[in-house]
Parts: sequence; C-alpha cells; structure tokens
Amino acid sequence: MLSIALIIVPLTAGLVSFFIRNDHYRRGLFIGSSGAHLILTSLTWFRRPGMALSGWFALDDVGFIFLTVTSLLFFGATLYGIKYLDDEKRRSRDAPGDNNANVNEAVFSGCFLLLLSTMTIVIFSQHIAFLWVAIEATTLASAPLIYFHRTKRSLEATWKYLLICSVGIALALLGIFFLAVANKNGQDMLLMKMIEGAAGIDAPWLKAGFLLLFVGYGTKMGLAPFHTWLPDAHSEAPSVVSALLSGALLNCAFLGILRGYQICIAAGLSSYCREIFILFGLVSILFAAIFILGQSDYKRMLAYSSVEHMGIIILGVGLGGGAVFGSLLSMLGHSLTKAGLFFVAGNIFSYYKTKNIADIKGLIRGPTRWSGVLWFAGFLLITGTLPSAIFLGKFIILKEALLRQQYWTTFIFLGGLGIVFIGMARIFVSMTQGGRRTAIAESPLYRDDLIKIVPSALFFLLVVITGLYFPSLLTHALEGAAKELGDF
Amino acid sequence: MNSLIDLLSITILLMNLMMLSSSRISTCIRIVAFQGILFGLMPFVIHSHAIALGAMIYSIVSIGLKGFVFPWLLFRAQREANIRKEVEPIGGYPLSLLMGVAMFLVSFWLSSRLPYIRTVSSDLVMPVSFMTFFTGAFIIVGRMKALTQVIGYLVLENGVYLFGAALLIEQPFLVELAILLDIFVAVFVMGIAIFHISREFDNIDTQNLSQLKDWVNTK
Repeated sequence: MLSIALIIVPLTAGLVSFFIRNDHYRRGLFIGSSGAHLILTSLTWFRRPGMALSGWFALDDVGFIFLTVTSLLFFGATLYGIKYLDDEKRRSRDAPGDNNANVNEAVFSGCFLLLLSTMTIVIFSQHIAFLWVAIEATTLASAPLIYFHRTKRSLEATWKYLLICSVGIALALLGIFFLAVANKNGQDMLLMKMIEGAAGIDAPWLKAGFLLLFVGYGTKMGLAPFHTWLPDAHSEAPSVVSALLSGALLNCAFLGILRGYQICIAAGLSSYCREIFILFGLVSILFAAIFILGQSDYKRMLAYSSVEHMGIIILGVGLGGGAVFGSLLSMLGHSLTKAGLFFVAGNIFSYYKTKNIADIKGLIRGPTRWSGVLWFAGFLLITGTLPSAIFLGKFIILKEALLRQQYWTTFIFLGGLGIVFIGMARIFVSMTQGGRRTAIAESPLYRDDLIKIVPSALFFLLVVITGLYFPSLLTHALEGAAKELGDF
Repeated sequence: MNSLIDLLSITILLMNLMMLSSSRISTCIRIVAFQGILFGLMPFVIHSHAIALGAMIYSIVSIGLKGFVFPWLLFRAQREANIRKEVEPIGGYPLSLLMGVAMFLVSFWLSSRLPYIRTVSSDLVMPVSFMTFFTGAFIIVGRMKALTQVIGYLVLENGVYLFGAALLIEQPFLVELAILLDIFVAVFVMGIAIFHISREFDNIDTQNLSQLKDWVNTK
C-alpha cells in the first residue's frame, strides 16, 4: 500500500498543519512529512508498488520519473522553505507595518503539503477523469501559495492564475467527455482499458477530445500562446513557490497531456498528435525567446525560460522515437535546475528587495557571493552547457530532428535556443559581474546561510551527474517510458 | 419525452440570451442558479425509466450546490465586497446579444460537424450545451468585474455538464462527486479572492488588475 501512503502522508500532515499554532511543531511536521514522502518514494525505486483501489492508482515508468522528480523537488523546497518562513516571521516582527511581511504560515505549510499530495495523486491516477479532478485540485491548492505576500500585485497574479487555469481545465473536462463518447466499448475510463480497447475508439471524437485536452492542460503547462498566467504567477509568488510551480506543477499538466497521447497512440492517431506537439513546441520556444530578450525582471525571465523548456519537452515528444528519451531527460534536468535557480532568485530578492535586473550588479562579490556563483552556474546549466542532463536532452532531440529530416523544425529550434542564450547571457552576466552597486534598500543582515545555498547546489550537482552518468535504475525507467510514448 | 428535453434545452438557450442582456448582477446570479437546477434535473428527464441510486444522489447534491450554495456564496461576495449592481459590459448590451445569436449559430454548425452518436435523445441538446459554454467564455472576457467572471466560469461549467448529461456520459459516482467538489472549492476560493480584491482596490473591476506585464520597467 505504498501508493496510498504516498498520498495520505502529505494529505493528513497538510490538513493538520492548518490547525497547529506552535511554529516549531508545525515546521517539524512540514519537513518530516516531506522527508517521509521522499523516503517512501525511494522505496519505489527498489520495488514498484502494485495497483491499488482496483486499478485506479498505479505507478508506470512515466509516473515513476515524475514521482522521483516531484518528491526530490518538494524535499529541497521544504528545506529552503523552513528558512524562508523563519526569515519572513522575523521580518514581520521587526517591521509590523511592512506590507510584504503579512505572514500566515499555517496556511502556507498546509497548502504546500496539500499540493504535494494532489500532485502525487496526479502521478498515480490511472483514471482519466480522476486525473482531471487531481489536476484541478493542484490549481486550487497552489493559489493561496501565490497570494502569500498579500500585495496587490500578488493578488492580481493569483486571480489570473485561478481564472485562466480553471477555464483551461474546464476545456479539458469537455475533452474528457469527448473521450468518453469516443470510447464505445463502455464507460470505463481507466487508462489501461482504454489502451487495450483502442481499436474500437471512434477516431473523430478522439481527435476532437484530444485537442480540447491539449489546449486545456497546455494552458496549465504554460505552452504559448496559452501561457499568459505563467510569468505573472511565477514572478509574484514567493520564490520557493515559483520553484514548485515551475519544476513540478507544469510537469503534472504535461503528464495529463501524455495520458491522452497514450490513448491516441494506441488508437493509431499518433501522427496527428505529434504534428500538434511540434507546432506548439516551436511556438512556445519562439515566444519565450522574444520575451526573454527584452526582459527587465529576473523572475519573469526565469518564468519565460520555463515556457521555453516546456516547448522543448513537448517538441521532443512530438518528434517521437529517440527524442522522447531526450525530452524526458530535459524535463528532469529542467525541473531541478529551474527550482535551484528560483531558490537563488529568492536569495537575491531578499538581499536587494528588487526584481529589476538593472538594479543588480556584482552578485559574486560581497555577502551574496555564493548565491552569485550559483546564479551563474544555474545559467550555464539551464542553457544547456556541457555536461548536464539538459544538454543531453536537447542534443538527443536535435539529433532526432535531423535524422527525421525535419530541417525547418531543426532550424527554428536551434534559432530559438540561440536567441534565448543571448538574452539570458546578457541578463546573467550583467547581474553577476561588475562593481557592486550599494542599493539603498539592501538588507544589512543578509547572509548566504548554508540552508539557502545547499538545496540549489545539490540540485545543480544532480543535474551535472545525470549528464555524465546514469544509474541503471534511471536508464530502465527512462527507456520504459520512452517506449510507452515513443511510437516506434 | 423528447419534447420535454427540447423544452428544457430551449429554456436554457433563452436563459443564456437573457444573461447576456441583463444589466444587473443579481439577475445574472439568479439565472445561473436556475440553470444549475435545470441541469441537475436533466438526468431525471433523460432517463426517467431507470435512474440509479448513485446518479440520483449526485443530481440532488448538484442541484443543492449549483442552485443554492453557489448563489448564496455569490450574493454574499456581492454584499461583503459592496459591489455596484450594474454588470458593465464591454461593448454594450446589443453587441452582447448579437454575439449570443452568433454563438448559437456557431454551436449548431459545430454540432452538425461532429459525428453522429446514437445516445443523443434530442437534436437541440448538443448545440445548446456548446452555446452555454461559449456564453460563459464570453461573459468572462466581456465583463469587467471579477464577480461576473466567476459567474461566467459557472455558466461555462454548466455547459460542460450539460454536454455530459445529454450524452449520458456516466463517470463512476466517486469521480462525479469529486468533480463537483473541485468546482465548489474553485468557486469558494474565487469568492475569497474577490473579497481581497475589493479590499485592496476598493472595487472589483478587473481593469485594476493590469500592473503585471512585460516590457515595462517596474520601477
């Protein structure tokens, strides 16, 4: 009953957190439950949990990769989050009038753990409609997290996020009803059963349904041009929340699309889906490239980089064959790197109190020394410098595009990556290098505490390691997943 | 039997048009509530002969939520946030109505393009469900207040629900309840957000929500 435990532990801990007054107990529970989640997840590396609740919950290879990434990410985020919450608390004690420091820690940790639980349900869910329920639940659990600072700007971001994602997900529900119509064999919408009975699926309804599903979940995944909520939410949420949104939440929506794609593959419609994937993948990459070029806010820049990476990932799936392996590898690398970058962005923000790129110079000197080093390392990793999982992923996708003689795709893909690199290089170099500018608002007490540095450093290290060496466990899972989605 | 479904569909259709042309928020909330009740009754009408216990409970819960709890929440939000009564459409009422008619035509065209399904009991249900969906989307885009956007979201959900009910799509009981729960929590969270918006901005015009954009120096 490993799968049930993985869901129940953060769920109960989250619900209990709402009612604990004592900070120490609540934080203990916070880190304890996310640690327990990671330990339980690592148990699945050795023995996959079987089906639970008559096949509604199961962990396949695709889910296994998503689960590992999500659990790791949440653990890193709780480590960082504890320190973050502590700082916020101290700040609100010191300056009661500070609008930014209105803290409701119980709601934060409660929603945080509920988000972990709902994401785990998304990963395990094998019932298409139940998957929808879980994905919508992730939206609702994360909305209060974005509104943590209770400012006008964060309120605006939360409202856009709630409304745009809810409408998108309503579209996906319509898509699921279309799938149910297509599924002539009966009303059972278990993934396995639908794949087995794919021969009897009505193609036009399935096509229409998949399109709706793609647009709906694509909104949440942040594919251009449906990404409009994403930069706002990522820039206004606390950095630790942005890390989760970018590294885990977008992946969950991606998983929703993949489940629909699996049915389409079985029904022999994969080439139809793949054309859609390639188109929106390229559009996302180009959109992000344009918006990164002129960006003046470094958290928005990271958000657009997420749009770019979602584009790369969906492009890889669209190319099919070996590129699927590359795309899953990219996803893994992106989640860890981007989360690490957002943690560092949080450090930078808590020192400079601004998100404006032009106000920040000389990060690698002075009290932000370590953050500066990591900030630049993260830039190298996210743009795909050797050796990293992201580099390998992009390389494999590129190779497949060339092998399939998709020259235009290759051209746009490479061009987009080039523009992104130039845009990001300008921003990162100007932020890290140069003489320090002593801004007025600098907080004199800031230090690069170990706990603020270690999670990002560990994530970056993992990304570098996966660029050099794969444990056989990971290789098996990635190959298995690529086979399920590869349409060979 | 068939005529009853047709009657229901036409009622819903007229309600959509009414919603587009009505100038008061309270009227819109009442229309959504009434629509919710009608949609809750749909399963009883469509398969009146043998309705399962699960479906019955679900219908009752759904009528309770959409017909009574949601309107109560919305009215409360309107009162607490001290919202003015007018809907304030972008582009005026005649345009909204015209759009309503256009959406109806598009819905008809769309459902004629989709392949035939034998479970559909009436030719009107599918176009009307699409039209309800579009109406919801239009209200979200074409109305200025945060509260009207929530109303639009509910109308849109109603459209999806009508499609499901009309085509006799039955999810397992648990899933249907979970979907309802999700929508309930969504409306609840949006209600809280509206309250905060009105407190922060003194009103809930979404035009205030335009600080976040690219290409602007945030200083």
